[in-house]
Amino acid sequence: MPTSAPLLVMRDIEKRFQGVHALAKASLEVQPAEIMALVGQNGAGKSTLIKVLTGAYGRDAGSIDFSGRPIAFASPQEAQRGGISTIYQEINLVPFRSVTENIFLGRERRRFGLLDWSRMNAEAADLLRRFDIAIDVRRPLMDYSTAIQQMVAIARAVSFKAQLVIMDEPTSSLDEREVEVLFDVMRRLRAEGVAVVFITHRLDELYQVCDRVTVMRDGRTIATRPMAEVDKLHLIAAMLGRDVEAVRGHATGFTAAAGPAGDEVLSAEGLRIGRRVRDSRLDVRAGQIVGLAGLLGSGRTETARAIFGADPPDAGSIRLMGKAITPREPADAIAMGVGYCSEDRKADGIVPDMSVRENLTLAILPRLVAMGVVDEGRQRAIVEKFMKRLAIKASGPEQKIRELSGGNQQKVLLARWLCADPKLLILDEPTRGIDVGAKAEIQSLIRELADQGLGVLMISSELEEIVEGADRVFVLSDGRTVADLPHAQASARAIMAAMAHEDAAATGEVARG
Amino acid sequence: MSLESAVPAGPARPGAIAWAAQQRVLIALAALIAFGALRYDHFLGAYNVLSVLRYNSMFALTSLGMAFVIMTAGIDLSVGTTAACASVVSALLSSYGLVPGLLGGLGVGVAVGAINGFMVTRMRILPFIATLAGMLMASGTGLLLAHNQSVSVSYDTAFIWLGQGDVLGFPVPAWIALAAYVYGSVVLNFTSFGRYVLAVGGGEDASRLMGLPVDRVVFWTYVQSGVFAGLAGVILAAQFGAGQPAEGVGWELFSIAAVVVGGTLLTGGVGSVATTLAGVLLLGLIFNVLNFENGLGWISLSAYWQSVVRGVFLMAVVMAGSGAARRALRTA
Repeated sequence: MPTSAPLLVMRDIEKRFQGVHALAKASLEVQPAEIMALVGQNGAGKSTLIKVLTGAYGRDAGSIDFSGRPIAFASPQEAQRGGISTIYQEINLVPFRSVTENIFLGRERRRFGLLDWSRMNAEAADLLRRFDIAIDVRRPLMDYSTAIQQMVAIARAVSFKAQLVIMDEPTSSLDEREVEVLFDVMRRLRAEGVAVVFITHRLDELYQVCDRVTVMRDGRTIATRPMAEVDKLHLIAAMLGRDVEAVRGHATGFTAAAGPAGDEVLSAEGLRIGRRVRDSRLDVRAGQIVGLAGLLGSGRTETARAIFGADPPDAGSIRLMGKAITPREPADAIAMGVGYCSEDRKADGIVPDMSVRENLTLAILPRLVAMGVVDEGRQRAIVEKFMKRLAIKASGPEQKIRELSGGNQQKVLLARWLCADPKLLILDEPTRGIDVGAKAEIQSLIRELADQGLGVLMISSELEEIVEGADRVFVLSDGRTVADLPHAQASARAIMAAMAHEDAAATGEVARG
Repeated sequence: MSLESAVPAGPARPGAIAWAAQQRVLIALAALIAFGALRYDHFLGAYNVLSVLRYNSMFALTSLGMAFVIMTAGIDLSVGTTAACASVVSALLSSYGLVPGLLGGLGVGVAVGAINGFMVTRMRILPFIATLAGMLMASGTGLLLAHNQSVSVSYDTAFIWLGQGDVLGFPVPAWIALAAYVYGSVVLNFTSFGRYVLAVGGGEDASRLMGLPVDRVVFWTYVQSGVFAGLAGVILAAQFGAGQPAEGVGWELFSIAAVVVGGTLLTGGVGSVATTLAGVLLLGLIFNVLNFENGLGWISLSAYWQSVVRGVFLMAVVMAGSGAARRALRTA
């Protein structure tokens, strides 16, 4: 049990939005030099609590003490100056500007009144080297991967001499090696006396790096325990507010396939796309969920986009529904009965200000148009059917989609393709950023759809999802298909071994070169 | 004096095509000058060069102010009528001397710019609408003050030197514009304000979360644009010997075109001062070349046709650049 004076004490925090309690009796206590996990389903109040702490929101009741003094920050900037830095899930940097600028914006180094670029570049490079990142800091941020951008954001936050660093799902766009680097950084911060609040949906990660965990549910703090004293099952149970017995057995909502696979719907061979994909191969049959596993950057999404015609391949052959065809644009693939839910719902999927109805029928709109006018009756019938079938929770078809939770947005996107009656559905990270309950729901929905004869190609970074959900697994590593495993052999160990094998070879090449 | 010079080239700079796309305005400018020099006898003659510089210095100033505004993802439609209004005020004050005339014109610019900036940052009015209002206000004020006719400047004071004088053989307006561009380049590349301008344009929310004084930065870009427009108005009055309340129509479009041709993104976040100047010279020289072409006597293009040619040229430069940039991005 911690004995020193706590660094942060938030007590009985209340926050209402239009009379509705977002936070009621929420609390959070963090010791100096400790990594505190903050978990809970979407809507549990984690983000709201953090926003109250950093001054993004005001609070209706409760007290906050930081470093032994009561505080009430008026803005995140004030919190940052006060020693609390936040790293957001969506990277809040300026992509056009250089890495150096993104680190130093707001506190530039000057010499003779003008900016001292050589000093700032050198300091930025030094700072990133602490994080084991060696990049050209003068290039625009957008030239680098999401992972590097995330690390730059963290480097920026850390360089503010923060006593407390809040990381709101920083790992959702990182691959496993990058997550390891991030954890090293977190441990190093702890060694330097900095406290970290770590918010994540990936429960496995908590055990690797956190000292204690605070669980929130429905705007309340349910429990705070040392990490070593709670197992994963009890953690999930606490988050869901369900009995342990009810969640035992399955970590996901997937069940076994109902019957044997049907005809081939997709076969891809020898795909080569740019530099990322060198030789990938895939087969999907009707009624089958095929998992596509691989680390970030292994070419999973690129392969999927090629099959969908979004980025036509440089080489290789694709067969859709038994017909040799290379889609040149998505419309070709859609006409063949292919649907694609991208990994980035916000950027590529939803049109935030449009209603559920409009979002849902976007892909089939051409078919609903008679003489230039949308047949609203038919549209409404389709929307109602799918909202019911997928149990989409919205106030009605006219609610704006951006007001829905992540899980319900994803369901609308699924429905968008389902109403076009596809033969093959490509799902890129179908449950990313979705809370545990909705996740299981979407997973069982995917299985149900496959059992009804749909071929599903599912890309996922979560091994559990691939291991439990996929009837067949292809593993990509460094742009090549390195393994093709039937469900029975697709254990987490086997998949990781397949990824690791190719990694070892690649490292060897570098060493020799 | 480009942005790139502040950031020395690393090992992984964009390839040759991307470089060419960045420099397209300079390439186009060089090509146009070469074409003019080869085709027309007096194209590179002192008289033509100096009069091109003298005349286009006004557009250079309004375009510089516009460039900063556009880099914040804004727009300033009021630069033309601000210049017109400033020309009237400075003409009215020119009898008191050079300095009162100059300050009067600049004052008009500060006033219009501050109003624009206030509307955009405080009242949260879209820049397009806010500066449209500023444009109408400046235009109306100029016409009122001038009683709807041009106002002769005083020839008893040194005022006209600002438009018609020479220093070291070059026109004073060209020196003023040059100084403004040196200032602009230093500010953009070597001051926090310059970096904030680009940061705000590249991501306003991110900039706010980083604690940058977003509203203050945006406000000052509009004031700065007003000041440069006011300065252009002073030169207008001094150069043509009269404050001209009806001038300035279409200057904002010329300036926007010059900024865009110069490679600054209309969506903000990316831009360069040096290539903006190249954009101004490019658009100015197209006019000049067309005049020479008329002078050859083979064809006779009316002013309307000159506009059409200029528009086509603008489109060609912008499209050539974006096509090359797209290809470069694809192969990168």
